[in-house]
Amino acid sequence: MSSDIYRDIILDYYRHPRNFGDLPNPDVRAKDSNPLCGDIIEMQLKIGNGRVEDIRFKGKGCAISQASASMLTEVAKGKTLDEIKALSKSDVLNLLGINPGPTRIKCALLGLKVIKLAVYGYLGQAIAEDVKQLV
Amino acid sequence: MLVEKQATIDVSKIREEFPILRRKVNGKPLIYFDNAATSQKPKAVIDAISDYYSNYNANIHRGIHKLAEEATLAHEEAREKISKFINARHTEEVIFVRNTTEAVNLVAYAWGRANVSKGDKIVLTIMEHHSNIVPWQLLAKERGARVEFIKVDEDGFLRQDEIHEMIDDRTKLVGITHACNVLGTINPVRDIARTAHRYGALVLVDAAQSTPHMRVDIKDIDPDFLAFSAHKMMGPTGIGVLYGKKELLESMPPFLGGGEMIKEVHTTGASWKELPYKYEAGTPDIAGAIGFGAAVDYLNKIGMQAIREHEREITAYALTRMAGVSGVVIYGPKNPDQRVGVVSFNLGDIHAHDLASILDEEGIAIRSGHHCAQPLMEFLGVPATARASFYIYNTKEEVDILIGALEKARKLFGS
Repeated sequence: MSSDIYRDIILDYYRHPRNFGDLPNPDVRAKDSNPLCGDIIEMQLKIGNGRVEDIRFKGKGCAISQASASMLTEVAKGKTLDEIKALSKSDVLNLLGINPGPTRIKCALLGLKVIKLAVYGYLGQAIAEDVKQLV
Repeated sequence: MLVEKQATIDVSKIREEFPILRRKVNGKPLIYFDNAATSQKPKAVIDAISDYYSNYNANIHRGIHKLAEEATLAHEEAREKISKFINARHTEEVIFVRNTTEAVNLVAYAWGRANVSKGDKIVLTIMEHHSNIVPWQLLAKERGARVEFIKVDEDGFLRQDEIHEMIDDRTKLVGITHACNVLGTINPVRDIARTAHRYGALVLVDAAQSTPHMRVDIKDIDPDFLAFSAHKMMGPTGIGVLYGKKELLESMPPFLGGGEMIKEVHTTGASWKELPYKYEAGTPDIAGAIGFGAAVDYLNKIGMQAIREHEREITAYALTRMAGVSGVVIYGPKNPDQRVGVVSFNLGDIHAHDLASILDEEGIAIRSGHHCAQPLMEFLGVPATARASFYIYNTKEEVDILIGALEKARKLFGS
């Protein structure tokens, strides 16, 4: 069946999530859920020299939420904290290669929100309003 | 005396009366299996609303002019139709509210605050919709009362032992759904009402999922309160009904204060109108009430017996076909005689939202998520389920297409 939303790459990341699990001694961890769907994502980050040295995620939920979180962990590795802060909604949609539409967009953006929460948390900064609004 | 017309219906003819069923979704004919969330509307209902706005739109009860007279008449006729539809003793026992949720809140606020005190108990069931849980939790917290939940057995029925254990002298009210919006279970509300009344407790029945699909008879069930919404029974959104026993409604304080519900207002205080207006503050949803009346006419025309029989057949067919799809888990009673046309399920480890998205691509509208019943989801140990729910216009052919789409989803996800 041809499915516009469930491209092979999304299903592949869902079935075989990259960077899934726990870090031994994370410098920061953040977790959030999407109340609509019950999707849960947790991110754990190891930070050094202002960059993401290592990252893992854990979670439960739909294919869109889990695949996009997993894709984000790959992109985030090696990036500076400012670069993580600058990641946008369209960056995530480009990774997925689809626009999941208004009802599922929150599933796609949960991972982005959580990784940003982790960075703001690490820096001890107040969470920006646009980050809170992501999901 | 009871006269029942033989249940014979022409579904293809009924389908023609629903304009939306001509619509295509993603290039495929719409298959609408989300009726437990809201039903589609027949032309008769859409026309009745449009006729009111086009021909006799006016505010009701106070205007001394022709339009106001016609609008008032139509509004009150609708109340009478609904009262007969549920076999209430008195028309004024039918209070118009926004929806089932508001009806429950009305009771929890007006009756609850005057009658529930510290140490009292509200008994609910684990299969309640949030709308029949949260208002009671708010009340219990404010009054120092307790809320207890009757659980279900593995087949999706309320546990009889817990019904008899939990309802006792401290119980002030038993809140119970007539038909569960997740499991589809039809609950023995008449028996539970009897048990509750023996202990002097009141009974509130959430009839949102039963009134649209089966005969609901107030004199038979004997609830103290019963709530339902127009939009799930072919009527418009924004209007519902709280049925309440006359003596109770008369003795309770009002819910919302304002215009329409007062007899006299002075700077020193106010007095209330008689029933049902005491509980209908402000300009009501006049078009909604008229549309609701037209929906009841439409349901009567088909006949509730015929609707129930058709849905029982579709449900039985769906349960059998779905059980044949590898990896499908179905929740709730297996016997279609004991459930309404609501089938909650999961397919392998595919998340319900993913399933709903895949079915949507095939033009099939189902629900996915916790269905506003998180305590039940927790009890079942699942984060979410998919749910297909049927109405009079659904067909076995549509169920076949659903089965095909489920097979495709299974292959796509490799489950």
